[in-house]
Amino acid sequence: MPQLDDRKEHHSELAEGVSARVPTTDEVQIKTPEKICGMGHRKKRKEDPRFIQGKGNYVDDVKLPGMLYMDIVRSPYAHAKINSIDASAALEMDGVLAVITGEDLKAAGDLHWMPTLMSDTQMVLPIDKVVYYAQEVCAVIATSRYIAADAIEQVFVDYEPLDAVVDPFEAMKDKVIVRDDKEEKTNHIWHWEAGDKAATDSVFNDAATIVKEKMYIPRIHVSSIETCGMVANYNKVREHMQIYMTSQAPHAHRTVFALVSGIPEHKIQIISPDIGGGFGGKVPVYPGYVICAVASLVTGKPVKWIEDRSENLQADSFARDYHIEAEMAADKDGKISGLRVKTLSDCGAADAAANPSKFPAGLYSICTGSYDMKAAHVEVDGVYTTKPPGGVAYRCSFRVTEAVHMIERMTDIMAHELGEDPADYRLRNFIRPDQFPYTSPTGWEYDSGNYEGALNKAMDMLDYRALREEQKEKRAKGELMGIGISSFTEVVGAGPSKDYDILGIKMFDSAEIRIHPTGKAMARFGTKSQGQGHETTYAQIIAEQLGLPADDIEVEEGDTDTAPYGLGTYASRSTPTAGAAAVMAARKIKAKAKKIAAHLLEVGDDDLEWNVDRFQVKGSPDQAKTIQEIAFAAYTNHPQGMEAGLEAVDYYDPPNLTFPFGSYICVVDIDKGTGEVKIRRFVAVDDCGHIINPMIVEGQIEGGLTMGLAPAMFEEIVYDEHGQNLTGTFADYLVPTAVESPKWELGKTITPSPHHPIGAKGVGESPTVGAPPAIANAVVDALWHLGVRHIDIPITPPKVWKLLRDAGVTD
Amino acid sequence: MSEHEVTLTINGESVTRPVEARTLLVHFIREDLSLTGTHIGCDTTSCGACTVLVCGKPVKSCTMFAVQANGAEIETIENLAAAGTLHPLQEGFWEKHGLQCGYCTPGMIMSAKGFLADNPDPTEDEIRHGISGNLCRCTGYNKIVEAIQYAAEKLQAADAGGE
Repeated sequence: MPQLDDRKEHHSELAEGVSARVPTTDEVQIKTPEKICGMGHRKKRKEDPRFIQGKGNYVDDVKLPGMLYMDIVRSPYAHAKINSIDASAALEMDGVLAVITGEDLKAAGDLHWMPTLMSDTQMVLPIDKVVYYAQEVCAVIATSRYIAADAIEQVFVDYEPLDAVVDPFEAMKDKVIVRDDKEEKTNHIWHWEAGDKAATDSVFNDAATIVKEKMYIPRIHVSSIETCGMVANYNKVREHMQIYMTSQAPHAHRTVFALVSGIPEHKIQIISPDIGGGFGGKVPVYPGYVICAVASLVTGKPVKWIEDRSENLQADSFARDYHIEAEMAADKDGKISGLRVKTLSDCGAADAAANPSKFPAGLYSICTGSYDMKAAHVEVDGVYTTKPPGGVAYRCSFRVTEAVHMIERMTDIMAHELGEDPADYRLRNFIRPDQFPYTSPTGWEYDSGNYEGALNKAMDMLDYRALREEQKEKRAKGELMGIGISSFTEVVGAGPSKDYDILGIKMFDSAEIRIHPTGKAMARFGTKSQGQGHETTYAQIIAEQLGLPADDIEVEEGDTDTAPYGLGTYASRSTPTAGAAAVMAARKIKAKAKKIAAHLLEVGDDDLEWNVDRFQVKGSPDQAKTIQEIAFAAYTNHPQGMEAGLEAVDYYDPPNLTFPFGSYICVVDIDKGTGEVKIRRFVAVDDCGHIINPMIVEGQIEGGLTMGLAPAMFEEIVYDEHGQNLTGTFADYLVPTAVESPKWELGKTITPSPHHPIGAKGVGESPTVGAPPAIANAVVDALWHLGVRHIDIPITPPKVWKLLRDAGVTD
Repeated sequence: MSEHEVTLTINGESVTRPVEARTLLVHFIREDLSLTGTHIGCDTTSCGACTVLVCGKPVKSCTMFAVQANGAEIETIENLAAAGTLHPLQEGFWEKHGLQCGYCTPGMIMSAKGFLADNPDPTEDEIRHGISGNLCRCTGYNKIVEAIQYAAEKLQAADAGGE
């Protein structure tokens, strides 16, 4: 089979590529003309016309005949025993059809508990007790949204409050047990380690300088502007469940639904329509989804459930919540030699993190970052508290943000401690370009990088040396100015299936391309865009490979009945996995197209060469068949003995993850009177390998930077000692507006991934990962001479003002 | 719950409907009139996804009752390209990549339309303040600002051309 041969050839290219050093450029490659619009073109997005005209189709826009509405009664306590639930008054209301409780779900087949993505369990609806504030207690099904909202006020729950445990260090003492459903009466969930402890201890014993710091990466919430929701539509006659769902991973969710509900998987269709932002928050299965599906199953009618913003901000999964104690060692030359990290992960009331199964702390062990060091050792402990589940990403690949924040803060602290310029210090500690592929002390094989290239470019963009001079002058006058750097390394694109799975399902992804007789194509994917622009970028990838104009390729995702199986979009994995699958499927098609062209031109396969959109006879380019002509022939005049049609599917299992990187520099001025931090400039140089659509990449970076600014300066989910969420609305949880968000200045270098078929790496999350430490480092840089070594994010005016007051700078 | 009859003009068309007194304008638009381009993103009047023009002024339709709009002229995103060509704001958002997931976009565009009517030649800073009642989680706002600048220039050129 030519298809298989093509794939083998490709993999042998990969093997060569991995061992080769990859050159860095800063010019986007364009190999196709504008009319084809392959990679590198700033193509306007194919999806936009519907969005700018109000014709998107989001879950809440779905309206089915006879549809019912669900609303949820939520717990006013973080920890309480449930004595009784009295729903009689609600059930007497006109328009109320049912009230679903934990007992009902239990009777329906033990559906009152569900598995989490980390093989823990989580309550769908409680029977005995609640374990977090705003937990789902029971649900009302009614004929209208308004009646359902009225009816939840008429459900009377008798609670007996129990002590909450909000602080994970307190939880580790096991005085209050969160999960007494478990055999072992402890809040400690797991212990996880990476790296070499003995080697690290030995490096620390030999160290000339050791710096230590405690830092807290606070709990935050993704807050996509569309909340979560579902329309479940069970057809009793067909025994078929159709689900519209805000899902970043519709296939994985279908499998989970099949396993939990017992409905055969071929009788479940999950449609993830237009999604109003995901950022990781639409990866987990929340109790509301399960209850909504059960409600439709029981009533035989379509049921809609749409979260309010306050429900979304109080009860969905949360990100971060890492308490870190880090130590960094340097040798007598001041070179970084080792890293030792202990971390407590506040998981909330269930370990429902969205991590690959074997990685309870995600990819946190990437924490040696961009620096070459001898040894590192990382320990993380997971602990239950009476808070909603944590551990979903916030536009981040599985805990990389926490890792990057720690290593970039520690590197800055070390540089300052040694009296070195933080930029120069990074430049002499970076993994050098000639060290790639580089194996890190915790076992990662970095595919390619040129860290000094990115940092030098960022320094040039804002004339770093001149800024340092200005800072000196300002400091002499008593003014506070700081410059912060973050030279991050990301790890994305999970993943090689030997290591990465979600509930046992390997983390490959897929593409299926069908070329119609008239040369137009349909491409379907196992991923699901939530704003990333897949309809455009995937079309450009295929256009590049096959010479079909990108506008002639319709990209479709999100319907499990039609799309090939895939694990979905999160952790910047779409381009590394499904993007690669698109290339491989296109290459299978191209191999067949070549045979058809040879047949049409009456020459041998070997006499043909590819030229943008056609196969032509070598040395005689006039003798050629375009991809459109070949497509027509595939249905009308294909060689005898060959299957008709022109289509292919590929399930791509990447040989490694990809390692995007970049250097960000932030310049801040601090108001001594108020503690207000003003970002004067922020330069971001990103390297995500080859670029598919520069406009979309810029959009991803700018958006990611604002989502990095958010936790650095504004956002934090705060609980009081009783476990009440004090930041449960957009009035308290401060998502940055256009006023707070600075004018980002972007730059780029291009260091392709040697193992990805088009050298791309993924970009959506780099800026969210890289920005917070640049901002924090800038603020600490401005205050270091006052004795300030660290400030936990979010860096708010009151925090800075207090430090200034303590330093006697302000009163 | 008391029921009222509401008559209003929406996107140039007069409609009369019975509504409960407590029906929010956004639900009236989305559910009763099936104009789902107007979105809901919060419950505290913070996000602006539901912004529509009421008598030419941007209003967060989640914070107004349908009955309060009795007699009013309302414009939603669906009206902007009703004549078959994109409005300069729609063009600008497409041209400048002013949107990603598209969820905040209708509210953002309607907010900008109201704002530009008051201030046709805004500075960048004025644009940023002008849309500060609208949250976007995807774009980082730079390209939204550029999109609005694009539209402002185009609208001014059209005005100067006497159109």
